[in-house]
Amino acid sequence: MDNANLLLGNSALAVAIPLIWHEAELLDRKAYTEWLELWSIDGHYVVPIDPNAEDFAATLNYVYDDQEMREKRVQRMTSGYSASASDAARTVRTVSRFTSNGQHGDLIEVRSTQMVMAYKRGTTTLFGADLTHRLRLTDGRVRIVEKVVRLIEANEALSAIGFLL
Amino acid sequence: MSANSYQVIDTSALKDRVQPDRIAASLYYDPNVFEAELDRIFYKTWIWVAHESELPNPGDFRTTMIGRQPVIVVRDKAGEVHVLENRCRHRGATVCEEHHGNAKGFTCPYHSWSYGLDGALRALPYGDGYEGVIEKSELPLNHLQVGIYQGLIFASFNRDIEPLDQFLGGAKPWIDLFMKQGAGYPIKANGEHKFKFKGNWKIQLENTTDLYHFPVVHKSWMKSIDDETAATITSFMTSDQAFCRSLGNGHSLAVLVPEIVDLDQDDGAPLPERFEALAASLAKSHTPEQVRRIVRSLMGVGFNLNLFPNLALSMAFFRVLRPISAEETEIRHVALAMDGGPEEANRVRLRIHEHFQGPFGFGSPDDAEAWERVQRGSHAGLDVPILVNRGLNRESTAANGEKTAHATDETGMREAYAKWHEMMGKD
Repeated sequence: MDNANLLLGNSALAVAIPLIWHEAELLDRKAYTEWLELWSIDGHYVVPIDPNAEDFAATLNYVYDDQEMREKRVQRMTSGYSASASDAARTVRTVSRFTSNGQHGDLIEVRSTQMVMAYKRGTTTLFGADLTHRLRLTDGRVRIVEKVVRLIEANEALSAIGFLL
Repeated sequence: MSANSYQVIDTSALKDRVQPDRIAASLYYDPNVFEAELDRIFYKTWIWVAHESELPNPGDFRTTMIGRQPVIVVRDKAGEVHVLENRCRHRGATVCEEHHGNAKGFTCPYHSWSYGLDGALRALPYGDGYEGVIEKSELPLNHLQVGIYQGLIFASFNRDIEPLDQFLGGAKPWIDLFMKQGAGYPIKANGEHKFKFKGNWKIQLENTTDLYHFPVVHKSWMKSIDDETAATITSFMTSDQAFCRSLGNGHSLAVLVPEIVDLDQDDGAPLPERFEALAASLAKSHTPEQVRRIVRSLMGVGFNLNLFPNLALSMAFFRVLRPISAEETEIRHVALAMDGGPEEANRVRLRIHEHFQGPFGFGSPDDAEAWERVQRGSHAGLDVPILVNRGLNRESTAANGEKTAHATDETGMREAYAKWHEMMGKD
């Protein structure tokens, strides 16, 4: 079996990977309004600080966005009022090393790795992270229920960021 | 050397680089100034290192840095707090690289010299090579001076440092007021955001009592909150009750919401609409007075207190700065909670903190952008000063020497630079 068939042979990954790559492309293009449409209304976008955090609501995170906060975040970044977002780094990212333990009911959980290269004013910065996507299949559509971005240097000092991971 | 990489050197005397109304731009980028600042300020005065709530039990520790020097803040078996140089007395290796934790002692990874929680050298392997050569009792981890006020732990490398009470001086009553946001519970550190920016530490120091920037830099944050809160937060722009004040020793204060300076004084105003659901839920297990006290404290106090050189008590959080180099600084924003208080209210405090602070917040990245622009721009115009003169035309001086001007004025910066000049300007 070749690699493509290995991936497609796992039906959960066959559903998830196109969506995750589509999301990555939207984020690099800063098409944030389109990105919002990928989300389930009850979904959470999380960038934790503590590498071992599981109960995100009970701990301090970098990002813990429900639908309302995601919309506000996108509004802020597209409004032209934020100096850091208006002059944000250009990014390219790859998402790979996908694994999944399959589909449970209408939910799929996919773990992967993300490398974002960000360029701003002569400096290139690498943001490596483990990603976990929880996706819901409803009426033939896939929506993000939870995305957790665990940066490998999450509990160190980061540079301020004007884009989304 | 190419023309582009040529570094202009400011050869003027340090004492001439700070004037009452302006500073030389080289204060932001001169590496010689930076080295002298570490020596004369960061290794001489009181530096905030931790909050007591981070070390509730014997053996609890956290590591941090004072300038370039790694230190361990640790509570020993008897409950006493020590601040120790994180450096083995043998060959200099750090004896702890964890950010925080609980330990029985610290063992150097290089040759297994092991130290107690009080820093005493307890054991070293194969001691026959040291018989008659060293006395273990003479080689503890080096201790710093320690002072604690309202749970704030300060340390100093200076054995002749003035008492902490004297150093804090006029800032103490404001520290007391700040701690009232525990709403009857002790204040607890509840996580922190850390980020770096490419700029000098004094740009951040200035910023804490720079209210003038707030409606400009944080416009996108204000548009993301309700109109009621935005109006309250920015009322200082036109209020004659809001003020900036020098408190001596480089410390300063900026009051932006005069109505919530003393949280024990309840003016009976309706609670903010955004907290109505929380208030209703708290009312099931708290008296109406407790509910008001907790909800009124969620956004913290209505002022920023700047303690020279590295700590600020800023509305609802601690801001800690660490100079990395002349052109790079690390900032920590420590979230605060009511220790033993209602979990649902502490969670609201976490969400408020995440909303503004940190590298992904709606506020901090725009601050960092402005500060980095200051750093880049300050290299232009070699003899063009940085102005800190706003409000000199309306500054009054009280009998105790404290100067007061409008909240948007630069009285706090002038106080910090006066202290800088006192500590640095010997030559």
